[in-house]
Amino acid sequence: MSDQPSSASFGRLLTLVPPSIAIGLFFVIPFSLIVLSSVAHQLQSGDFVFGFDTAHYERFFTSIFIGRAVYSAILSFSIAVISLLIAFPFTYVLTGFSKRTRTIWLVYILAQLSLSEVLIAFSWQILFSRTAGITNLAVWLGVLDKPFSLAPSALAVLVGLVYLALPFAVLLLFPALSRLDRSLIEASQTLGASPVRTFFTVVLPVSRPALISGGVTVFVLTLGAIIVPQVLGRPGHWTLSVLITDQAIYNSNMPFASALAVILLLMSGAVIGVVGWLNRGSGK
Amino acid sequence: MNVVRNAYLALVALFLVGPIIVISSVSFNSRNFLSFPPKGFSFRWFVEIFANEEWFSALTNSVVIAFSASLLAVAVALPVAYAAWRYGIRYAKVLLSLGIAPFILPPVIMALAFLLFFTTTGMYGWFVSVVISHTMFLLALPLVTISLGLESIDRNLIEASHTLGADDRTVFRTIILPMALPYAIAGFAFCFVLSLNEYIIALMTVGFTYETLPIKIFNAIRYGYTPVIASIAVLFLVVNVVIFGLIAIFGNLPRMLGALEE
Repeated sequence: MSDQPSSASFGRLLTLVPPSIAIGLFFVIPFSLIVLSSVAHQLQSGDFVFGFDTAHYERFFTSIFIGRAVYSAILSFSIAVISLLIAFPFTYVLTGFSKRTRTIWLVYILAQLSLSEVLIAFSWQILFSRTAGITNLAVWLGVLDKPFSLAPSALAVLVGLVYLALPFAVLLLFPALSRLDRSLIEASQTLGASPVRTFFTVVLPVSRPALISGGVTVFVLTLGAIIVPQVLGRPGHWTLSVLITDQAIYNSNMPFASALAVILLLMSGAVIGVVGWLNRGSGK
Repeated sequence: MNVVRNAYLALVALFLVGPIIVISSVSFNSRNFLSFPPKGFSFRWFVEIFANEEWFSALTNSVVIAFSASLLAVAVALPVAYAAWRYGIRYAKVLLSLGIAPFILPPVIMALAFLLFFTTTGMYGWFVSVVISHTMFLLALPLVTISLGLESIDRNLIEASHTLGADDRTVFRTIILPMALPYAIAGFAFCFVLSLNEYIIALMTVGFTYETLPIKIFNAIRYGYTPVIASIAVLFLVVNVVIFGLIAIFGNLPRMLGALEE
């Protein structure tokens, strides 16, 4: 039902004035400022003046920062793959549960998903610590001689990021797997396929679009992680997001931080775009 | 096959819930340092959140910011979602996409954008700056939930009431608002929870003038431990579970998560 604009449409458009001001003033303008600032002149004093200076992009391409960007992309990609591998069978089983059990799990997963990254990093820091960590459990079980610290390390960053991403992966796969036509599975089993074979030949191909869009979301989410790499890793494990914060707040170099933010934006946008294009036609 | 399946389920469940169990046991520790298994049992670290002035003021800041930002986000989202659904106005659909965009991008991008905007306008460090930033960042949530709610309304109902002589205003008040309200409340709740837990945008807009709870926690883990952090983690998880539990009881959670098409 799309009534064509008429005399009454003026009143309708009037209600859109406050939201337009809000979105224009506090999203479109701040967002444009990033692009403008990324080509601004940085002054010795730490301030900057708007202009057209490509020095910050040149610095990005000729310094260690381009390596950090590649590292961030590879890390986010790995986290996306690992969390989907863990989440897919889990969500598949979850959708087969009774409504009550399913809802309890969904509530817990939503609650964990919303938990501040600061708190998640803190929890894993304790679990990886020498005094109160999981190595104490191994000592108690007689596997290890004495407890030791597992963080900061690359493994700690990886585990922390998977923990951060897993609830998202489950919730993103949940709709597609809930709507999965169970009669397809029954048909496959009636025809003599084992549950494992059914899973690989029926369930997995049907869920391809959900897996792809879930992967993209986890990729972008991991690109945005800021606390876990800082708390559980060494400076060598820092991602682009951490480096942007570092440049903006601790080095007062807003133009360079902005240039890095534009790069991060392009990286996220490119992945979203390419995958959206690959996924066209399939799915709904 | 079933043994493998159950072992796998148990492992994933342990991975998800395990850290929370460790944190909770640390939070009930009666000693002054972190240890697991805990020594003794007490609620002193929970009392500390409310008794210690610094922690309590961080908590108050966070709650006030989350409440105001969620209220504003619903107020901005409602007319946009309504115009896009009811009249199919193209401009409203553009606003809808623009409103969802900040939430999809890595949060540090919007955080930097707000930092630039508020330093340029001289509003850096103002309390209202973080409220506005959270409103814009989380606007996507009420936009999506309210749109979902509106799509569940049978358009024949609106046709019928128009035929019976009701004007747009009456239709909105008697049909649309009551039916969209649970979804607007859910949008508010999602916003509230995520604002309470948000770190980087708060840091870049008011990080050096007001401490929110996540900022205070981050500073605390850098400069020494306190079991108060563990008790806050437990408190936050309980708040999250209660809020999402209420949505599950009074709303249609699987539908909101996109499981049912109806």
